[in-house]
Amino acid sequence: METIPLVTEAQRERQLRRSSSRLPELWALLDAVSDPEIPVVSLWDLGILQDIKADEDKLTVEITPTYSGCPAMAEIAVEIEKALAATDYREVEVVSLLTPTWTTDFMSSQGREKLREYGIAPPAPKSLAEKISCPQCRSEEVELISEFGSTACKALYRCSDCLEPFDYFKCI
Amino acid sequence: MSQPLIDYCIAQGDDALIFGQRMTEWCYSAPFLEEDLALANVALDLIGRAQMFYDYAAELADDGRSADDIAFLRDARSYTNLLINELPRGDFAFSMARFLIVDTFNVLYLEQLVNSADERIAAIAAKAIKESRYHLRRSSDWVIRLGDGTEESHEKMQKGLEEVWGYHKELFIATAGERELIANNIAVDRESLYSQWSDQIDAVLKEATLSRPEDGWKVVGGREGIHTEHLGHMLSEMQYLQRSYPGVEW
Repeated sequence: METIPLVTEAQRERQLRRSSSRLPELWALLDAVSDPEIPVVSLWDLGILQDIKADEDKLTVEITPTYSGCPAMAEIAVEIEKALAATDYREVEVVSLLTPTWTTDFMSSQGREKLREYGIAPPAPKSLAEKISCPQCRSEEVELISEFGSTACKALYRCSDCLEPFDYFKCI
Repeated sequence: MSQPLIDYCIAQGDDALIFGQRMTEWCYSAPFLEEDLALANVALDLIGRAQMFYDYAAELADDGRSADDIAFLRDARSYTNLLINELPRGDFAFSMARFLIVDTFNVLYLEQLVNSADERIAAIAAKAIKESRYHLRRSSDWVIRLGDGTEESHEKMQKGLEEVWGYHKELFIATAGERELIANNIAVDRESLYSQWSDQIDAVLKEATLSRPEDGWKVVGGREGIHTEHLGHMLSEMQYLQRSYPGVEW
């Protein structure tokens, strides 16, 4: 029988790293940290947070940038350091990884819903058999206005039914 | 192997940084707001790409220089970007013709660079290819829309294409150092990409009802540090802050 996986291999590994981590309280602390440009979605839900490693009194947090020129990365690193400052670890280092290459497949289903509530249409990958829909009225009758929206990770659409323009989180 | 690899990373970084910096000039002066955003975002992708290559070059060279030092403390003669990246921004049609030429090349190049024997280079390429595919989709759309648009937009698009055409040849010339890296499967043989590039450009031009310019002239010299007069002016603006206040940080 053919098995159709609901999550990608990279995403499964990422979830496994979190669930098998010996530091669940630190992952929970970082759930309060988000991308400053999309404050409703945590780093975990956005798929940027990859791993947390502890070595005696030093913590290493691994993140994958969304786009190579993403200006939010420096601020995200500072926010992570702030969130972990109250722990017993003496030093926190945030490392930006090139591999695994970030993809919208890393985004959690919770993250997708939060994006929609916030007014941003979540990425519509082929694997989910989902179409781009208006975050306001859910209509799938939408048209592209521009390949780029307010940030590199978004495109600008307009709903043909309710006529509202909206940002769409591009699928990469 | 180390020096050719450092030079290669700096050259790749220079191509991306100079093109990106040039395209930021569109911010606030594009034909309409959505284009302001789009061009600024494409420029940002390119500048981010430059940083990845410079970071690697700085680690390999290990001479105390940072990626920022490489970007802000070199003169025009030390820059090794291809000339097509430094030309003045021109009008919107010229910019789209230039994007089409460069984006088509970048997609073909990066598709192979993801298999580089150097893991770091392969990882940078894996990140960059996603962005370049997106850039190409957009620049092709514009060239087709303007070429197959009104009489005036067609004329301007054809003129932009003619003006930039002679600069495409340099994309397909490898340096001696680069050939060493090609032999070791680290870099991609850019010369071998020409026929595919040519076919893809032809297909877009056909749909855009534009005619392919004659190959009557070409301009080269970027990789040897021989630049047009435009690069120096651009660097003086780009590097102003670091040169006036060395080491200044946000």
